[in-house]
Amino acid sequence: MKRLEVLKTYKIYIGGKFPRTESGRYYTPLNKKGEQLASVSQSSRKDVRNAVVAARKAFGGWSERAAFNRGQILYRIAEILEGRKLQFIEELIFQGSSKSNAEKEVNVSIDRFIYYAGWCDKYSQILGSVNPVASSHFNFSVPEATGVVGVITDQTSSLIGLVSLVAPIIAGGNTCIVLASESKPLCAITFAEVLNSSDVPDGVVNILTGSQEEMIEPLTTHMDVNAMSYSGISKNFEKQLKESSALNLKRVSIYSKDWIKSDNQDLYMIADFQEIKTTWHPIENIGGSSSFY
Amino acid sequence: MKNDTTNIVLPDFSKSPRIDKVGVEEQVAKFQKRSVKAETKKQGLRMALNMIDLTTLEGKDTPGKVKQLCYKAQHVHDILPGLPKVAAVCVYPSMVGVSVKALAGSGVKVASVSTAFPSGQSPLSVKLMDTKFAVSEGADEIDMVISRGKFLSGEYNFVFDEIAVIKEACGEARLKVILETGELVTLDNVRRASDIAMYAGADFIKTSTGKIQPAATMQVTCVMLEAIRDFMDTTGIKVGMKPAGGISNSKLALHNLVMVNEVLGSEWLSNEWFRFGASSLANDVLMQIIKTETGVYQSSNYFSID
Amino acid sequence: MAKQGNKKNKAFSWDYAPALEGISHLNIKEKYDLFIDGKFVKPSSCKYFDTINPATEERISQIAHGSEIDVDKAVKAARRAYVNVWSKTSPSERAKYIYRIARLMQERARELAVIETLDSGKVITESRDIDIPLACNHFFYYAGWADKLEYAFPNRKVESLGVVGQITPWNFPLLMAAWKIAPALAAGNTVVLKPAETTSLTALKLAEIIKDSGLPNGVVNIITGYGDTGAAIVNHKDINKIAFTGSTQVGKIIQKSIAGTDKRVTLELGGKSANIILDDAPIDQAVEGIVNGIFFNQGHVCSAGSRLFVQEGVADIVINKLKRRMDKLIIGDPLDKNTDVGAINSKEQLKTINDYIKIGKDQGAKIHQSSSKAPKKGYYCVPTIFTDVAQSNRIVQEEIFGPVLTVQTFRTIDEVIQKANNSPYGLAAGIWSDKGSRVFNLSSKLKAGVIWANTYNKFDPTSPFGGYKESGFGREGGLHGLRAYVNLK
Repeated sequence: MKRLEVLKTYKIYIGGKFPRTESGRYYTPLNKKGEQLASVSQSSRKDVRNAVVAARKAFGGWSERAAFNRGQILYRIAEILEGRKLQFIEELIFQGSSKSNAEKEVNVSIDRFIYYAGWCDKYSQILGSVNPVASSHFNFSVPEATGVVGVITDQTSSLIGLVSLVAPIIAGGNTCIVLASESKPLCAITFAEVLNSSDVPDGVVNILTGSQEEMIEPLTTHMDVNAMSYSGISKNFEKQLKESSALNLKRVSIYSKDWIKSDNQDLYMIADFQEIKTTWHPIENIGGSSSFY
Repeated sequence: MKNDTTNIVLPDFSKSPRIDKVGVEEQVAKFQKRSVKAETKKQGLRMALNMIDLTTLEGKDTPGKVKQLCYKAQHVHDILPGLPKVAAVCVYPSMVGVSVKALAGSGVKVASVSTAFPSGQSPLSVKLMDTKFAVSEGADEIDMVISRGKFLSGEYNFVFDEIAVIKEACGEARLKVILETGELVTLDNVRRASDIAMYAGADFIKTSTGKIQPAATMQVTCVMLEAIRDFMDTTGIKVGMKPAGGISNSKLALHNLVMVNEVLGSEWLSNEWFRFGASSLANDVLMQIIKTETGVYQSSNYFSID
Repeated sequence: MAKQGNKKNKAFSWDYAPALEGISHLNIKEKYDLFIDGKFVKPSSCKYFDTINPATEERISQIAHGSEIDVDKAVKAARRAYVNVWSKTSPSERAKYIYRIARLMQERARELAVIETLDSGKVITESRDIDIPLACNHFFYYAGWADKLEYAFPNRKVESLGVVGQITPWNFPLLMAAWKIAPALAAGNTVVLKPAETTSLTALKLAEIIKDSGLPNGVVNIITGYGDTGAAIVNHKDINKIAFTGSTQVGKIIQKSIAGTDKRVTLELGGKSANIILDDAPIDQAVEGIVNGIFFNQGHVCSAGSRLFVQEGVADIVINKLKRRMDKLIIGDPLDKNTDVGAINSKEQLKTINDYIKIGKDQGAKIHQSSSKAPKKGYYCVPTIFTDVAQSNRIVQEEIFGPVLTVQTFRTIDEVIQKANNSPYGLAAGIWSDKGSRVFNLSSKLKAGVIWANTYNKFDPTSPFGGYKESGFGREGGLHGLRAYVNLK
C-alpha cells in the first residue's frame, strides 16, 4: 500500500511565530499545470499591523547587536539554507521552475547570504568617514540602520527575489516586513523556517502571504515604517508606493534587476537603508604646539 | 574691603566645575568681536588706565628706578590734563618702603609681591616673613603666589591652608592670589585653583607672575571671571580679578573690559575690583587716548618710558 | 570699602556705541530679473515683487516673479547646457570653474555679507563670519571632488543625473544656494535654482558672479518667485532630480507630487532638536551652547536646539545662568556689529512665532524673556524660554523656527533618550557631558543625523548634514553630499 504523504501547512511568520492569519482566510494559488500549490494564508491589514509591531520591537536589539554577530547570524542562515537545499529545489520545481533553474536559484540565494554576511562588519568602514573640519573638532560620520522596512518582493520569483531584498536590509541592522510573492509563496514560508532555526531574533524578519494589493496600503501608509524596498515593474504600483510613503517621508528604494544573476548584489543596497549620523566633539588643544612631535 | 570666608562651607575642590576649552575659546571670540567705538572707547581707555598696576619686578630694580615709576604712576601724561592715575605700583618687598614714600598722599596704592615670588618654592615660615615684612613696610596689597607643585600633586588642602595663613598675615592689606595659570596648564585646573583661592579668602585672584608664558590669556581670564561670578552667587562675596602679563595693548585691554562687563557686570568695572598687571600697557592706552582726542595717530617717542 | 576705592560708581553701565557696517559700497539694482541661459531676462508675466529689509520694513529692491513659462525656459537652457556643453566638459575643467566661482565669492564677500544681512535680518557678524565664508568654502570643497568622484564610490562607475531643480530656504540664503549648487556642478549636473521669496538677493548676486566667472550659459539658472514657481520646477517633466530645503509640510507635498516619475529627491526639512545637559557638563560652556543652539540666527535654524533637557541636579543653576546670559544679549539693528539677535525674517514668520508664544502661555507654560529691548520698528522677537512644560505641550512638539526655547528636566539617561527621540523629527541633537563613555552612549542612541557633543550648531563643508525620520533624507556636505547628485552604475 502506498504511503500517504503528510502535507505541510503554510502559515505566516510574525515575531518569530507561525500563526495563521488572524482573518482565517486562505487562497490556493495554482502552478502552470493547474495544480493547487497549497492552502496559503491570505493575510489581512491586522496581520500587517502585527508584523510592524513585531519588527519595531525587534529593531532596538538587532540594530545594536555587534556587527560581527550579525555577520555570524547571516552566515548561519546560509548554512541552514544549504542543508535544506533539496526542499527549496522541490518547491521551486513544483511552482514551475526547471530543475536547473531551481538549483541555480537556491545556490545563488545561499551565496547571496554569504556575500552580505561578510559585509556586516565592513560596510561602516566604507560608508563612514572622518571629516576634516576646519575648526578644533573631531568629526566623524557613521551609517546607522534606518529602522523598520517594508519589503515588497518580486512577484515572479519565489526565493531569490525575497533573499536579494531581505539580506542587505537585515545585514544593515534593520528589521522588516516582507510581502511574499502572491503567486509563488511556498519558498517564502519555508525560508521563514530557515530563519526561525538560524539564531535570527524574533521579529527581525516577518513574512506575510496573501494579496499584495490588499496589504500594500496598510503597509505603505503605516507611520511606524521608516522605509520601503520594492522590486518589480509596475509603474502604477510605484506611484502608489511613493505617494503613500510621503505621509511620513519613508525612504523608498526601487530595484529592477534580474536577481538570479550572481553580481546583482552590492554595498549600495545596504547603504539604501542606512542613515548617516555625523558626530562633532571639541578637541582640547592645550598649548597648541607641534613641538611635542 | 577685605573678604572674610571663615564661616563659609567649603566645597569639594576636586569637583570644581569642568571647563571645555574649545567652548571657552568660542566665548572669548564673541567678546573679541565686540566693536568698541566712540564714547564707549574713550570711557574704556580711561577705565583701563585707572586699573593698571604699574609693575616692575626685576632683579635689577633699584630705589631710583622705582621712584621714577612712582612718578609716572601719578603723572601718566601731564600734557593732557584730567587723566586718571594708575591704580597701584607693584614691586618686590624690598622696594615697598621707597614706593610708599614716593606715592604718599597720591591715592595710588602700593602692591607688593610676596611668598617667595615668583616660584613660591620656600617654606611657609619664609613666606610669612616675606609677607609680614611687606605689610610692615606699608604695602596696601599683597600679591602672593600659590604652590603650583603642591597643586599639581593634588594637595589642595596644602594650597588652601597656605593662602588662609598668608591672608591672616596680611592684616589690613588686600590679598591678591596669583595662580600662575601658565603652569597649571589646563582650564580645569585654573577653575579649581580659583575656587581654592577664593574660599581661602582671596580678595583678588590674579592670573600670572609675568615670568611664565602663557600668562593672562583671555581664555584663562574668562574662566576666572566665571569662577568669581559663581562664588558671588554661592557666598555673596565679591572678589576682584587681575589679569597680569601679556596685556600690552589697548585693544586687548578693551576686550578684557568687555568680558568683565558681560560676565560679571559693570559693577566690576572699577579698580576696586579689576586690575591689569602690566608694564607697557599704560603708554599704549595713553597713545590711544591722545589719538581719540586729536584724531592723529601717535608715536611712542612722545610718551615717557619709566 | 572706601579704603581701596576711587569714586564709587552708582548704577554705572558701560554700553556699546553703535558700530554700523557701512552700506555705501553696495551694488544693489532697483530691479532684478531672472537669470536664464547666462543672461538676466524679464519674467514672462512682467511681474515683480518687493524684497523687504525686515529690520526697517523698507523696500530694498524688486524681484522678478518667475512663472511656469520661465521655469520651462530655464529647464530647456539647463538641458541644452547639459547635453551640449557641461557633460562634455572634462571633470578637471569643471573643477576649475567651481574654484573660480569660490574665489569670486571671496573677493566680494563683504558685499555679499552686508546684502545678506539687509535682506534677511541676520546679524552682520554672522553673515560676515559664518554664512558667507562657509558658502565660499563649500564651493572650494566640492570643486576638488569634480575629478575624483570614483574615489567617493569605490567599485562603481559614477554618472551625473542631468538637470537638477533646487529650492532653497530663507534662513541661510546664500549658504543654502552653495550647499545645493556646488555638489551638483561638481558631479556634472546643470541647475535650475529657486531661492526663497523673502531672500533672493544674494542668490542673484551669485548669478552675477557666475556670469562673471565665465561658466557656460545655462549651466546654472536662477529663477526667483513664490511657491508656484517652486511647484513649476518640481513638476517640470524634464528635471531629473529635486533637492529641497524647507518645511516638512512642503517636503511631503514634493515627495507626493513626484510619485509616478523617475525624479530623484533629497529633502532637508524641519526639526525639533534636543539639547541635553547632563549634571557633569561644563556648565558655562553648555549655557553658551544653549544660546548658540536656539538664539543663533534668531532661531531660524532647522537644526536649532529648541528642546532643552536639563538633568535635575543642575537644572536651577543652568536655568539661572541661561536667564542671566539672555539678559546680556543685544537685540537690534542687524547691521550693528554688536548686535547678537537680529530681526525676524518676515512679518509672517513673526506672526507664527508670536502665535506659538501665545499657545505656550495659554497651555500654562512659564515664560521668561530677555530684559533686552528690541527696536520699535522692524520685525523683532525677544529671546524667550518656557519652563514648566511637558512633552505634550504643543510648543514642545512643533517646530517654531524662532528664538523660543522649551526647558524640560529629567532624572536618568534612559528617560532623556526616550524623550529626545519622542518626535517625528530627527535632525540634530546636543549632548553636554564631561564623560566620554556617556557621550557615546547618548550619541549612538539619539535618532538624529547630526550630534553635537559639547558644542552646537557647527557646520563645515566636509561634514554631512541631514536628518532621520521626518527631517528628510539625503545628506548635504562632505563626501556623502555627492551621493544626491550621482547615478552609480
